[in-house]
Amino acid sequence: MQYLPNLFFALALIAGIGFFVMNIRKLSRNIKLGKDVNRTDKKPERLKNMLMIALGQSKMVKRPLSGFLHIVVYVGFIIINIEVLEIIIDGLFGTHRVFKGLLGDGFYGFLIGTFEILATLVFVAVVIFWLRRNASNIKRFLSKEMKGWPKNDGNNILYFEMVLMSLFLIMNAADIHFQEAGVGNTISKFIVPLFDGFSAETLHTIERTSWWIHILGILVFLNYLYYSKHLHILLAFPNTYFANLNPKGQFNNLESVTTEVKLMMDPDADPYAAPAEGAEEAVPEKFGASDVADLNWVQLLNAYTCTKCGRCTSSCPANLTGKELSPRKIMMDTRDRLEEVGRNIDANKGVFVDDGKQLLNDYISPEELWACTSCNACVEECPVNIDPLSIIMDMRRYLVMEESAAPQELNMMMTNIENNGAPWQYNQQDRLNWANEE
Amino acid sequence: MIVPTMADMMAQGKQPEVLFWVGAAGSYDDRAKKISRAFVKILHQAKVDFAVLGTEESSTGDAAKRSGNEFLFQMQAMMNIEVLNGYEVKKIVTCDPHSFNTLKNEYPSLGGKYEVYHHTQFIQNLISEGRLDIDNTTLKGKRVTFHDPCYLGRANEVYESPRDLIKRLGVNLTEMKRNKSTALCCGAGGAQMFKEPEKGDKDINVLRTEDALETKPNIIATGCPYCNTMMTDGIKFKEKEAEVLVKDIAELIAEANNL
Repeated sequence: MQYLPNLFFALALIAGIGFFVMNIRKLSRNIKLGKDVNRTDKKPERLKNMLMIALGQSKMVKRPLSGFLHIVVYVGFIIINIEVLEIIIDGLFGTHRVFKGLLGDGFYGFLIGTFEILATLVFVAVVIFWLRRNASNIKRFLSKEMKGWPKNDGNNILYFEMVLMSLFLIMNAADIHFQEAGVGNTISKFIVPLFDGFSAETLHTIERTSWWIHILGILVFLNYLYYSKHLHILLAFPNTYFANLNPKGQFNNLESVTTEVKLMMDPDADPYAAPAEGAEEAVPEKFGASDVADLNWVQLLNAYTCTKCGRCTSSCPANLTGKELSPRKIMMDTRDRLEEVGRNIDANKGVFVDDGKQLLNDYISPEELWACTSCNACVEECPVNIDPLSIIMDMRRYLVMEESAAPQELNMMMTNIENNGAPWQYNQQDRLNWANEE
Repeated sequence: MIVPTMADMMAQGKQPEVLFWVGAAGSYDDRAKKISRAFVKILHQAKVDFAVLGTEESSTGDAAKRSGNEFLFQMQAMMNIEVLNGYEVKKIVTCDPHSFNTLKNEYPSLGGKYEVYHHTQFIQNLISEGRLDIDNTTLKGKRVTFHDPCYLGRANEVYESPRDLIKRLGVNLTEMKRNKSTALCCGAGGAQMFKEPEKGDKDINVLRTEDALETKPNIIATGCPYCNTMMTDGIKFKEKEAEVLVKDIAELIAEANNL
């Protein structure tokens, strides 16, 4: 009987981590639905980006207030996790504050004291975040794509963090021996007076209850990640590692097009030649992207990494002038559709069955796509190097090359380029007239 | 104005130091043609041995690519590359950041590998090589703000060359609240230049012009013919054309040096 709590703890741990791993495998499978793109070159530069941008938060602090608060929560989160390690060992082996004996009273007290201060700072920062989201007039939190689940998701995360930090402090405050030792109770000692007159037994119950809810809460939170924008705490690392390293103005040249153009321009090519063996399969199904499987895996990883902060949208010239386009919505739609496709695969024994829907039109409208100026403001702004512009461009490619569905003025512009080598209808023979006009 | 072509040069058995890629706007747009001429005057003053492709130049395909027409882009690119490689061009300068970006970044993998400069970088080099001086008295005391072209700034991280040249004019450079990497687009990029904007509550060039007007400038300096059009239209919309001029940096230098 005395091992019952240990057993229960072990089962909870296995269930919590097991379910999380199962979902991560699903996430990984969904990302692999994307097309291949090579992002394994220039490893030192990629590593540097990851260390600077994800670990070092270098792009977060470009907006100083939210950047600073974010670092508080981030540092607090990482460091307090050392305490979670102790909780896990205690839970599995029935020990109590096992690190205390290992590290010595003084150092242990210093650690816990630091954790308590961090927990308090995290709590304060999270409350400010909540106020910014719910009681301030910050436009990027009020956009129409943020109604419903995205808004609730943001708040849920903040509530989780508030509760977890409070439980950590309450647990310490109700630990009689810890308080009597008086080392490391930097913050929790101020909570102790609230328990004035409580019996030792009651305090023990409060301490145990807080301890259990705290660790179970962490396991629940871990599993909440998969359903939430909060995945960025994990995916920010691979996302910055695999991000595009070329100049932002450089858009990829579609290789499938290069092959065809070379053939068209080759005077020796025989247009009536039978296709080479196997060439039929080599012809791509379509140019550009109309659904998530037409995007590459980094673009899909981007979608899962996006935490919907909206810095992209708040810097987008189209969005700032009231157009439908919001780069954040492009990322949210891509993830929503990808998850829909993933559920479809799960429901159909591992095969995608056409559901008559796609990313284009059902999620992202041509009007949004055509409003983009390709200015790269969204790409520049993203604190974790997400590239919404590449998705917009791939979808424009589909609209133009597969559907011939460009706006009429753009069709005219392209016809002019084809006919006279300029976007306007001027004679190519007049191209040097400017030199003699003054 | 003497503007030699590569064909002329080749006929004389000469290879110029640099090819001036004029671009569609610089060739055909009345406002942008003035920028091309101002830049040529600077090239002449610095005794740069240059040439243009003239009637052999064709659209880089940038607007087609940004519209999603990869076929047309690559057709244009391959035709241009054939011409450029035929003349054994090594070094290119252009006043158009869109051509600059495409030639520099998107042509190499299609077989067109050149050293490509934006005209502000090229002029900066002429100065550091002692081939050109900028008179810092003509425009002295003017308030100038610089609008970063997206395809020069964020796209290629060239922020300092245009600013360095503006400072050499002896003017007061005042920055807009959104500048360099956070600069707002003029609204022309991504082929928007060639179409009506989607419905919204404002035009992008008007918003950007408001950014510029907040700095109370005498001159809005640009480094892109399309930005120039958008900002000029914005100034007209705001009915400020009597007080505020929109000028390319090449035009400002030509004016300062009385060319």
